[in-house]
Amino acid sequence: MSYEAPASDHGDHDSPYEGLFGGDSDHWAFGTDFDDPLAGIEAAIPDGADPRALAQYCLMLGDDALVLSHRLSQWCGRAPELELDIALANIALDLLGQARLLLARAASADPSVVPPLPGSSDGLPSPVPAEDALAFFRDDRAYRNAWLAEAPNGDFGQTVARILLFATARLALLERLRASRDAVLAAVAAKGVRELAYHRDFAARWFVTLAQGTEESRGRVTAGLAEVWRHHDELFRAHPVERELAGAGVAVDPADVAGEADAALATVLAASDLPWPRVPQAGQLGGRSGRDGAHTEALSPLLAEMQSVARAHPRGRW
Amino acid sequence: MTEWPLYEVFVRGKRGLNHVHVGSLHASDDQMAIRNARDVYTRRNEGVSIWVVRSDAITASSPDEKDPLFAPSGDKVYRHPTFYEIPDNVPHM
Repeated sequence: MSYEAPASDHGDHDSPYEGLFGGDSDHWAFGTDFDDPLAGIEAAIPDGADPRALAQYCLMLGDDALVLSHRLSQWCGRAPELELDIALANIALDLLGQARLLLARAASADPSVVPPLPGSSDGLPSPVPAEDALAFFRDDRAYRNAWLAEAPNGDFGQTVARILLFATARLALLERLRASRDAVLAAVAAKGVRELAYHRDFAARWFVTLAQGTEESRGRVTAGLAEVWRHHDELFRAHPVERELAGAGVAVDPADVAGEADAALATVLAASDLPWPRVPQAGQLGGRSGRDGAHTEALSPLLAEMQSVARAHPRGRW
Repeated sequence: MTEWPLYEVFVRGKRGLNHVHVGSLHASDDQMAIRNARDVYTRRNEGVSIWVVRSDAITASSPDEKDPLFAPSGDKVYRHPTFYEIPDNVPHM
């Protein structure tokens, strides 16, 4: 998850990407002029915001993106068409980029959330960036994502339904978060809005296409929608941390964007000739939700896969 | 399953002057072809504009006609404006 420049001790192995950053940009006809979303952003914690709450909030937003990013990357090489394979990977990478910035913000707001490296008692400084340590060395109970993000992929129809629900809710949230008093969150939201607008468009187009396609595709996407819709309410249920920071003008209370998100979902359902789903809602276990670290059995196998290499080589450099 | 039709993709880069052919892809209709082209061919910040056209709508010259079509221009150097001095700061000639 770190994009550090390759270390110079790699000798003769020149990085093929070196010319993309600075240097003679005329050399490249395509693909230059990348933006740093945090360029010139003030990183101070806003007055009146509890840094520990801010860190927890960043973990909630970051873990949603990280966990769904991993789920979508599991489609790599398996999507129905080559073009869809790349489209799903693009969405996964957008979310991974959001996760990286948000986890880094969590670590800078409250360094105590960053887990120590396994077996590191030698006193040496960690070679692992804080956002990587958060991604790779936390157990499932320390993850703060909603259950919608961790649920299994199902078939392509179910995956489309999940992206539709997720992107619609997150887009509505980030649109308001652009006005956050935390300059970093506002910048991450501004970047994310453009990405999520495309994710929602991708999912909505495919949802309508499948729903209005053949009997088989309509049946599958309807079943997939019913499956992911169990997590609808969970997305708009505010955690105390979200409410507290929303009161300080730093976060957005997800309950406040439910109407807006539902209106967008209703448009897609109407174009698909499908009724508003009525399914029992999931998302809590003994009164605790994903935001409290309570998760379904789907999360720990996902993390085991995602974290296996980093945990095998905790001090490895990449 | 029926194969989706093939499309040719043209992208105009940020500093490019005109759309350049970058490759081809499959899509079920024109709008999906634009979306697929965005996902497949502009993911490294390459483009600001995309054209797509169905491959079967393109009429191409045949290699058999190479000589009558292109050979005659091979020895007519006077068609180039080589008698003018072109200043160094004039781009894209």
